[in-house]
Amino acid sequence: MKRFPGVVASNGVNLAVRKGEIHCLLGENGAGKTTLMRILYGLYQPDEGEIILNGKAVRISSPRAALSYHIGMVHQHFRLVPTLTVAENVVLGLNEGTGPFLNYKQTCKKISDIADKYGLVVDPRAKVWQLTVGQRQRVEILKALYREASILIMDEPTSVLTPQEVDQLFSTLRTLVDDGLTIIFITHKLDEVMEISDRVTVLRKGKAIATVNTAETNKAQLAELMVGREVVFRLEKNEVNRGEKILVVDDVHALNDRGLPALRGTSFDLYEGEILGVAGVSGNGQRELAEVLTGLRRARRGHVTLEGRAMINCSAREISDMGVAHVPTERKRIGTVPNMTVRDNLILKTYRKPPFSHGMFLDNRAAEENARKAMDEYQIMAPSIDTAVKVLSGGNIQRVVLARELSGDPRLIIAAHPTYGLDVGATEQVREILLAQRDRGAGILLISEDLEEIMTMSDRILVLFEGRVMGVIDAKAAQIERIGLMMAGIEEEEK
Amino acid sequence: MRAPNWLKIERRPTVSGRTVFIISVSAILAALLVAAIFFAVFGVSPIHAYGLILKGALGSRLGLAETVRRAIPLLLIGVGLTIAFRALFWNIGAEGQLLMGAIAAAGVALFSGLPDPLLLPAMFIAGFASGAAWGLIPAVLKVKLGINDVITTLMMNYIAIYLMEWLIHGPWKGPTARGFAYTDQFPRAAWIPTLYGTRVHWPTLVLGLLLALVMYILVTRTKSGFEIRVVGENPDAARFAGISQFKTTLLVMLIAGGFAGLAGVGEVAGIHHKLLGPLNISMGYGYTAIIVAWLARRNPLAVIITSFLFAIIISGGDVIKVSLGLPFQLINVFNGLILFFLIGSEVFIRYKVSFSFRRQ
Amino acid sequence: MGWETWIITTLSRTLAYGTPLLLGTLGEIYTERSGVLNLGVEGMMIMGAYSAFTTAYITGNPWLGILVGGIIGGAFSLIHAFASVTLKANQVVSGLSLTMLGLGLSGVLGRGWEGKPLSNPISAITVPGLSKIPFLGPILFEGQNLLVYLTILLVPLLWYILYRTRIGITIRSVGDSPATADSLGINVDRVRYLCTAIGGVLAGVAGGYLSVAYRPAWTEGMTAGMGWIVIALTIFAFWNPAHGMLGAYFFGALYILSFRLQPWISPEFLKAMPYAFAILVLIIVSRGTLQSRMGAPAALSVPYTRGEE
Repeated sequence: MKRFPGVVASNGVNLAVRKGEIHCLLGENGAGKTTLMRILYGLYQPDEGEIILNGKAVRISSPRAALSYHIGMVHQHFRLVPTLTVAENVVLGLNEGTGPFLNYKQTCKKISDIADKYGLVVDPRAKVWQLTVGQRQRVEILKALYREASILIMDEPTSVLTPQEVDQLFSTLRTLVDDGLTIIFITHKLDEVMEISDRVTVLRKGKAIATVNTAETNKAQLAELMVGREVVFRLEKNEVNRGEKILVVDDVHALNDRGLPALRGTSFDLYEGEILGVAGVSGNGQRELAEVLTGLRRARRGHVTLEGRAMINCSAREISDMGVAHVPTERKRIGTVPNMTVRDNLILKTYRKPPFSHGMFLDNRAAEENARKAMDEYQIMAPSIDTAVKVLSGGNIQRVVLARELSGDPRLIIAAHPTYGLDVGATEQVREILLAQRDRGAGILLISEDLEEIMTMSDRILVLFEGRVMGVIDAKAAQIERIGLMMAGIEEEEK
Repeated sequence: MRAPNWLKIERRPTVSGRTVFIISVSAILAALLVAAIFFAVFGVSPIHAYGLILKGALGSRLGLAETVRRAIPLLLIGVGLTIAFRALFWNIGAEGQLLMGAIAAAGVALFSGLPDPLLLPAMFIAGFASGAAWGLIPAVLKVKLGINDVITTLMMNYIAIYLMEWLIHGPWKGPTARGFAYTDQFPRAAWIPTLYGTRVHWPTLVLGLLLALVMYILVTRTKSGFEIRVVGENPDAARFAGISQFKTTLLVMLIAGGFAGLAGVGEVAGIHHKLLGPLNISMGYGYTAIIVAWLARRNPLAVIITSFLFAIIISGGDVIKVSLGLPFQLINVFNGLILFFLIGSEVFIRYKVSFSFRRQ
Repeated sequence: MGWETWIITTLSRTLAYGTPLLLGTLGEIYTERSGVLNLGVEGMMIMGAYSAFTTAYITGNPWLGILVGGIIGGAFSLIHAFASVTLKANQVVSGLSLTMLGLGLSGVLGRGWEGKPLSNPISAITVPGLSKIPFLGPILFEGQNLLVYLTILLVPLLWYILYRTRIGITIRSVGDSPATADSLGINVDRVRYLCTAIGGVLAGVAGGYLSVAYRPAWTEGMTAGMGWIVIALTIFAFWNPAHGMLGAYFFGALYILSFRLQPWISPEFLKAMPYAFAILVLIIVSRGTLQSRMGAPAALSVPYTRGEE
């Protein structure tokens, strides 16, 4: 029996896994699943607590150490070199006794043997770039098996698979378990938990809430555990009358970076003077939705109109000129130019027009004045307007982004994870700013993984699951359990 | 790489202009120090040598003139390169672009049949266009096909060299003397006027100074300059802000290639008055200009100073050859050392290194 | 000269001239495969040529010269590795500075060595028996030298190492996906240092070949841009030693032909072809799937820092 009670610094997680079982770790993003698994794999060190393997306390100081304890990990983002073959990838980094030379045939045979034993169909001589995602995942599994892993940690393995590939994966997992392996399966999908696991531990906000036998529970119960029943503190919001329809999104289809469908017929409306919160577990199309609405991603089908004007597949510049503001998730990577000054970042979108430029020339003085005003209005803490943005704290960077995007009174604001990584004070300020915009009559699409934030800020809540709108409900009447279920893809009727 | 306990290395959050200046100067001094060793090895006192160089390059009217005329192409190309480097386009092809400009100028001078007063302006325009076109090809390849700009610009250098070789040995062959091939001499009207008694073709110099100023204004005060800076600092954010990387890259290469072309016109119409072999037209100006632009930290105005500095070094090469009997190649060693120490010193710009005797 | 003799002489000279090209290319292939772009090949070659010549002259042993040439080339390349891998400086500029340094240094040090004859160059060999094979015999086995044969043998060896051994897999992974390699416990920096050194050593040997075997003499700038052709060749060879061999002899042939075909084709045209070909190859390879199959190592010239976003 293998038990790992592990206690993580601020979190205090106890997890016990039995040998030969499939144990699921369930939780939303940020619940602490990945951190816990990284500790088990030696990528992080726990600040407190211990790991007990087969009755003995162990220290896992690095991935190599983890491997020596026969713990293998299949990452969510594959660690494969596309130009090498399967066999070469499996063997990469291994120092087997045979020295520098590789007996290719022998290796391929060994890999094929393992593959056949567990039903993992893959050609050892194929180059990885030729493989499908499902096949690549099999290579990752083979890597672990080749290194004689007896505990396999799988981090959100189905997030990139098609339904057929998921079935294949599950049958593989069952075969592995029959042979005595133990599998820890990290996921946020309730369906899978019910289908594949023997037991499941639910994590929320870094704590292990409960561990239950899968046979003794159901999706509704799990959803409840995942999302919690705390009383949600509601902000004081003004009663604002919803105005006209501003944004109409109709049957939008878009692909993600991998070429898989991310938005499958998303349709909804947004009105003046309201905040429409988009709830959903990360990876269900939120990012792609924001990018389609701001001109950074092509939609393959569908229509988007802003105040009657077509907005679909317009360029980012055109959309911005139409009065759409975008507060992006990655404020350092795309929201700002970190090496440039506060002053320059503030005119990143408006530099083309007067008063910031006349003809060919920039009006630096106007930019300076604008910067001074913005720093004042948004309380941006920076040594001067000529400070490089990269030096600022996260909260201040976000203030710069907001100051820039919200100048010019946009009609539509797409705010993606606006308070992510910010301290309490900055968070509160950002929320107040957004509410003020709403009072002003802008329509705001608020995308966030923080369900509490969605529930306190939004007027209506839309739940996105696998690129489709599961439902739109009035925030005042919303019950968190129902939202949790929708986030997990459970239609109302299923209850 | 783990640092030993007594060495503290931390990233600098901001870098002041003063720090950059001090570090750059230190790099040059370090290079000069190492070069001094070479002088010593040859039995020449380094101080004596440096003194001679400065005197030869700056001390006399003729010496100063020669230094200035060497600075002209470095200035023009260097200014263009600062723009290209700002957009992260690594133009190693200035040498070839210079030659293309020279070829175009020669073509106009020898064969266009234009009336005399139009000849020089036409040559400059043709030279600019020719160099710009030569630079646009790698630019398009980079933006449309994602092909590495370093390699393409490098390869195009040699294609240009051989093109010129072919012209002077083939269709444009003029009288040959002592086995060296060159074209006919340009008509008088195609000669750029020089300062009395010197080889300083001052219109080109003025052009260079003007363009340095214009480019400085472009980068700091115009919309295009803003876009160039954003694309260079963060291409993702540029896309987010709706800036076209395509148009920006084309613009910078138009400038960089065109300016190098202008330098070529200057050399051929101001100094040689005919088309010579490529190695005689450009003694590595295109490569030296990279150091000029690098040292100027991509500031077009600073290029005025750095181009002059390197012109002194080149003049110095003549001095040490004539007065000290040392090979001219020593300046290549200089240049190589300076460039190397410069990029090595950038570590010190990114990180602050200090000694700490406390246990970490 | 009979038609057949003309071809035989041409091919024979191609083999001789292609050898240093091949040596340099094999080295640069390894360097670039690990993700390091070394534009200092020209400088390393000429320093190799100089040091090989002077060593051979002083000691009377040409093979010692070759050895020293390789060592010097390797030493130079380690400087480049230090700047590129440890200091994470701009690899383009670092390589260029080393070329300038190499050209300058060899020019300075080489003064006074010009015109000195080498009494003991690497001797030409004629293999008895084999050289009587019609057509191929005179090309391959008459008048070439040991270094030519060693170089040819090097090709399958280096190919095998790159594609069939653990080390080769490691090298390729470091050049294509250093983050992945790092996460699997591979020391990316060490691999890059090693590969850069290999490139430097081979470049030095190539230079030594020129001054001690091909045309035993020292002239300033005698490599005449061969280093740049090597850079072009590396691309043309799709970073594969076997293709490198074909490419080296092909480019070598172009060079030889540029002289021999002078009455009919302008030499400049043929001399420019290697560079044009390299660009052409890059264009062809830039199309999608071909890129992943045969393209440049993905991390070429990009310094690697662990965990830096």
